[in-house]
Amino acid sequence: MRSWVILGLALLMAGMTARPLHAEEAQSCDVPESLLTTDSSLNKVADVVKSGRPLDILVVGSRSSTIVSADSSAYPTRLQAALKEKLPQLTVNLSVEIQAKKTAEEVAGGLSKLVEAKKPTLVIWQTGTVDAMRSIDPDDFRSALDEGVTALQNAGADVILINPQYSPRTETMISLPPYLDNMRLVAQQHEIPLFDRFAIMHQWNDQGDFDLFSAAHGIDLAKRVHDCLGRALSKFVIDAAHIGPAQQN
Amino acid sequence: MASSVEHVATPVTGAGVAPAGSPSAAPIAVASVAAAPAISLPQTGERELRLDLFRGLALWLIFIDHLPPSLLTWLTIRNYGFSDATEIFIFISGYTAAFVYGRAMLESGFLVAAARILRRAWQIYVAHVFLFTIFLAEISYVATSFENPLYTEEMGIIDFLKEPQVTIVQALLLRFRPVNMDVLPLYIVLMLALPLILLSMRWKPDLTLALSVLLYAVTWQYDLYFSSYPNGTWVFNPLAWQLLFVFGAWCAMGGAQRLSKIISSPITLWISFVYLLAALWVTLTWYVPQFSNLVPRRLEQWMYPIDKTNLDVLRFAHFLALATITVHFLPRDWSGLKSPWLRPLILCGQHSLEIFCLGVFLAFAGHFILAEVGGGAALHALISLCGILIMWGVASVISWYKHVADKSAARKGAAGNADLAGGG
Repeated sequence: MRSWVILGLALLMAGMTARPLHAEEAQSCDVPESLLTTDSSLNKVADVVKSGRPLDILVVGSRSSTIVSADSSAYPTRLQAALKEKLPQLTVNLSVEIQAKKTAEEVAGGLSKLVEAKKPTLVIWQTGTVDAMRSIDPDDFRSALDEGVTALQNAGADVILINPQYSPRTETMISLPPYLDNMRLVAQQHEIPLFDRFAIMHQWNDQGDFDLFSAAHGIDLAKRVHDCLGRALSKFVIDAAHIGPAQQN
Repeated sequence: MASSVEHVATPVTGAGVAPAGSPSAAPIAVASVAAAPAISLPQTGERELRLDLFRGLALWLIFIDHLPPSLLTWLTIRNYGFSDATEIFIFISGYTAAFVYGRAMLESGFLVAAARILRRAWQIYVAHVFLFTIFLAEISYVATSFENPLYTEEMGIIDFLKEPQVTIVQALLLRFRPVNMDVLPLYIVLMLALPLILLSMRWKPDLTLALSVLLYAVTWQYDLYFSSYPNGTWVFNPLAWQLLFVFGAWCAMGGAQRLSKIISSPITLWISFVYLLAALWVTLTWYVPQFSNLVPRRLEQWMYPIDKTNLDVLRFAHFLALATITVHFLPRDWSGLKSPWLRPLILCGQHSLEIFCLGVFLAFAGHFILAEVGGGAALHALISLCGILIMWGVASVISWYKHVADKSAARKGAAGNADLAGGG
């Protein structure tokens, strides 16, 4: 019931704000609310925000969590900036752990050590692409995810999963569906939010916000996409932590 | 012994009367006897159009499923239940292969039939390698023309091009298979096993089926698989999927007749209906997450994941239910089978290998066009539609050519007409 009210409010707000924003911003990258809401909640994040303590975020990801030679424009940093903008009273500490070319299984093993060292409130785990490219057995992928998420939860952190990017030109070469499905499944089983980067980027491409098909683009497109991802992710975190609209403004 | 020969012999005598040059492969309907036990002999010279129809349908659906998701994808059956077009394709392939080559085995003996089967397997292998070459060309092109910093990670996929000496050999060994190229290797392995299956089927059909079920169970119990390169396993595990193929063969060898009583009983029909509805309900929760609370948690835990690689029992059961309902409501003499509207589907189903390969190629080409042109939904739909029209067109040409070739062969007195069952 409550979620419906929030959804209604959110839609209303989106309806009121979307148009003017369009005119002002250079890049429009609206995301349907359904992709930014989740049934699972980030209770630890909510507690931290309410008590006014600093929010420590750890992003664990592969190469698509960064932009080569423009690291500070990648979505983790953009998320930090967007959160600060929306919740000015909140201190957000960010650390990013890029583990290039590592499968979920290889990453999962080291997660508990990582969390022990950094004690984050929220771990954002971006994974799936490397596994899909190496066609790791989806069952093995799922148990690795399961193991990793369990370790993170046992260490007392809230967890968000981020799935692979939508990459139209490599769609014939990388079979994502089994990995997307398994990520959704594990998120459901652990009742943690899944940030559906794939669907969101797909939507942008369909709407014409970004031309993700294009072969040769400078670094500019990557920067703009990551900026939008960071902002969408900030909305997603705020929604999942149930930080009311009043606090958002 | 006598009874097993009878099972094979019945359809053969029926088809044997067919005039040379006309499509003489006329497998008995999956449950033709369900309607009237008296007409268990197929009408001479008429092929079982339902098999062609549904194989054609499976080919179209596989093509659509291989393209990126679009509006048309919602028409494919995998969105409404557990099983998908692959099950239909493998079952019907088992059915027709057993029928065609089972007859050959009776007429010319085991060795000749086995040789013909191996020749067919070789054709499928060549088709597979041909498709791989096209894939290689496409990926090389994309790799050299693609410099998007956003996708640095995804471009790692071309790393395999750095050691072609390994990759290409692995591809020839069927261990390295790019996306969407998994059905043909499964088919090749099943065809290689077919001589043995048929031999055993002629001797004791029920025992053969039981052995197949046993192999399936052992595969699940001990987690047997075919490994692939660079790691992982075959997407379709032949050790599990053989069950559908052998079951198809068993039906062709008279099993369907014996099942007909069970199939036509109202209890079976109701069970099938209820199961299909339940599957539809569960599938719905995948797309409308709000409903997911309505599936009991315990059921979810027991049910998931529904394993496609090893042909999950739920998928197999879903296929059986679907087949039961289809056979019941679509009798073999249904007049719609002659309607021009279903003609394109039937034509495609009659030349399954050619049309299957064409479908995979068209899916590659469709992807390529979408990637190069940058497509919207309209172009996407257009590509799907054109693909299906091309499949239909090519099937018509092949059909016409075979018809002409058969005619001239008949004039020369040759009996040829081997590939009529779509080659199984």
